[in-house]
Amino acid sequence: MTKDRLAVILAVCCGAALAAGLTSGCGQGGGDAKSGAAKTTIQNKGSDTMVNLAQAWAEEYKKLAPDVDVEVSGGGSGVGIAALIRGTIDIANASRDMKPQEIEQAKKNTGKEPKQFVIGHDALGIYVHKDNPLTEITIEQLAAIYAEGGKFTKWSDLGAAMPVGKDEIIRVSRQSSSGTYEFFREHVLNKKDFKLGSRDMNGSKEVVELVANTAGAIGYSGMGYNEPGKVKMLKVSYKKGEPAVEPTVANTMSKKYPIARSLDLYTLGEPEGAVKKYVEWILSDPGQKVVEASGYVPLSPEQRKK
Amino acid sequence: MTAADSTQKQKVSFAVRQARRPAWALLGEKALTVLIYICGISAILFVLSIFIFVFKEAAPILFGGHFSLSQFLFSDQWYPTSEINKRYGVWAMIAGTFSVTALAMALAVPFGLGAAIYVSEFCGPRVKETLKITIELLAAIPSVVWGFIGLTVMSKLIVTFTGAAVGVNILNGGIILALMSVPIIVSIGEDALKAVPDSYREAGIALGATRWQLVWRVLLPAAKTGLLAAVLLGVGRAVGETMAVLMATGHAVHIPHSILDSVRTLTANIAAELGEAPAESDHYRVLFLIGVLLFTITFVVNLAADMVVKGIRKK
Repeated sequence: MTKDRLAVILAVCCGAALAAGLTSGCGQGGGDAKSGAAKTTIQNKGSDTMVNLAQAWAEEYKKLAPDVDVEVSGGGSGVGIAALIRGTIDIANASRDMKPQEIEQAKKNTGKEPKQFVIGHDALGIYVHKDNPLTEITIEQLAAIYAEGGKFTKWSDLGAAMPVGKDEIIRVSRQSSSGTYEFFREHVLNKKDFKLGSRDMNGSKEVVELVANTAGAIGYSGMGYNEPGKVKMLKVSYKKGEPAVEPTVANTMSKKYPIARSLDLYTLGEPEGAVKKYVEWILSDPGQKVVEASGYVPLSPEQRKK
Repeated sequence: MTAADSTQKQKVSFAVRQARRPAWALLGEKALTVLIYICGISAILFVLSIFIFVFKEAAPILFGGHFSLSQFLFSDQWYPTSEINKRYGVWAMIAGTFSVTALAMALAVPFGLGAAIYVSEFCGPRVKETLKITIELLAAIPSVVWGFIGLTVMSKLIVTFTGAAVGVNILNGGIILALMSVPIIVSIGEDALKAVPDSYREAGIALGATRWQLVWRVLLPAAKTGLLAAVLLGVGRAVGETMAVLMATGHAVHIPHSILDSVRTLTANIAAELGEAPAESDHYRVLFLIGVLLFTITFVVNLAADMVVKGIRKK
C-alpha cells in the first residue's frame, strides 16, 4: 500500500519536474521568436502593506511596456529586505526604513549600497469593529494595550461600553517580518516589546478581515486596506486632551496624523535599464495615480518625476 | 494437455532462455539490482541528511554557551526580534502544537475509523465508490484553502455558536486539521480492513456472529497494525501541517487555558519567521532548533507507535 503510494508520488514529482522543464524551455523559445529580444523580468518583493499597490503598478506598467514582466510577491518588508541583501531581487518594497546594519550587510554581500526611493505615504490605521462605540484613541492608550507590561486589557479601561462578554480587548498584530509591525513597535510602543498573546496575522488584509469578524478586536494596518461598513478607523492623538486626527489623505500630507509613514522602494545601487525606467515611471504622474487609487497618499507634485 | 504438463513446459523453456542469456543481459540485471538497492536505502540517506543539515544549522547556538536549552524548552517568552531583550522560549508553542493536534485527533480518529469501517464493511458497491472518490477529493484540497476556510467561514461560525471572543482558536484549528487528516485515516484504514482475509469474515459469520460482533471482535483486532498506521499518518499530517494552522489558530504566543483560546504552533512559527530571519543570526538558528525539536517529536511518536505495534504482534 505505502509502496504504491510512494511510487505514485515519485511519478507525479518526476512528471511535474519534467513539465516544468518543458514549459520553461518553451516559454523562453516562444518569447525569443515573437519579439526578437528576450523578455525582461523585474523581481519585486516585500511589504504586505504595499503588495496590492505593487501588483496594480505591475499591471498598469504592462500596458505601457509589454516586454517587461514585473513579478510581485509579499511576505513582509523584512522578507523583501532580506532578499535584497542576498541580491536575489531587483526591487524591495518596504513600509519601514532599512536599518543601518541591514545596509551594512547589503554592502558586504553585494558590494552595492541600497538606494531608497520614497514613493508615497501611508497613515497607519487603527481599526476596530464597526459596532465599537470608541471613536478616538491616544498613542499612550495604544501602548498600554499593546506593549509588554501595559495595563489595559478591557475596553472598559478605555471608557468604552461594550456588550456583555465582549469587554476583553482582542489584540490583532502582525508577524515579526512585517514592516508595519516594526513601525508600530518603534513609533507607538517606543521600541518596547509587544505583549505576548496578540493574534499575529500574516498580512495587512488578514488584520482587517479578523477585526471585521470580531466584536472586541483592535488592529493596525495600512490605510489602503480600509473597508468602510465592516471596520472603523479611529482618530488618533498623541496624548489625552490633544485633538484627535482622522487618518485622511490631507492629514497625512500635512503630517498632522501622528502615525503616518513613508512607503519605500529599495534597489541595489543606482538602478539601471528596465528597473530604472520602472522606478521613474512609479515616481511620475501615472504611477502616482495608481498609489492614489490603491488608497494611499501619493507624493506631492513637486516631489514627482516629470 | 493437463495443467501439470504446461507448467512443466514453461519451466523447461525458462531454463533454456536463462542458459542462452548473453553476458550484457546478466550485467544489466546486476545493475538493476544495485539501482533498486540504492533506491531502497536512499530513503534512509535522505532522512539522515535532512536531520544533519537541520542540526548543523542549529548547532552553533546550542553549543554557543550563551543559550540555555531549558529556557528554550520551558519559557513562554518568545521575543526573537526585540530591540531591548531577545528571548527565545517555545513552551507556549509546544503547548499550542499539542493542544491543536490532540483536539484534531480526538475528532478525526473516531470519524476516520468509523468511516473506514463503514466503507469497507457495511455499504454497497455503489455508495462505496462515491464515498471513496469524495474522500480522496477531500484529501486533495490544498492546505492554504483549508486555512482560508478556517479564517473566514469557520471563525464566524465559532463566534456565533460558542460566543467566543475570537473565532481563530484551538477549536477552529482542530476542526480544520481533523478535516484534513480524516481522508488519510479513511483511505489507509480501509486498505487495512480490506487486507483482512475473507476467510476470517466467513468463519465469523459461520459461528453466528452479528455484523457488529464481526467488526469489533474479528476485524478490528486482525487489522490493528494497519489501523494504527492509519491513525499515525493522520497524526503526522496534523503535527506537520503549517499553512492551515497558521491561519486558523490565531497565531498568538499564549499558553491555552480553554479550547477557545488562540495559540501558535511550532510549524507555523517557522513558516512565519524564517523568511526574514537574517541568515546565521541567533533567531535563524533558533528556528532551526525548533525544526530539530519537531523532528524529535515525530521520531518519538513513530518509535512509540512501532513499539506498540511490536507489542501487539507478540501477543
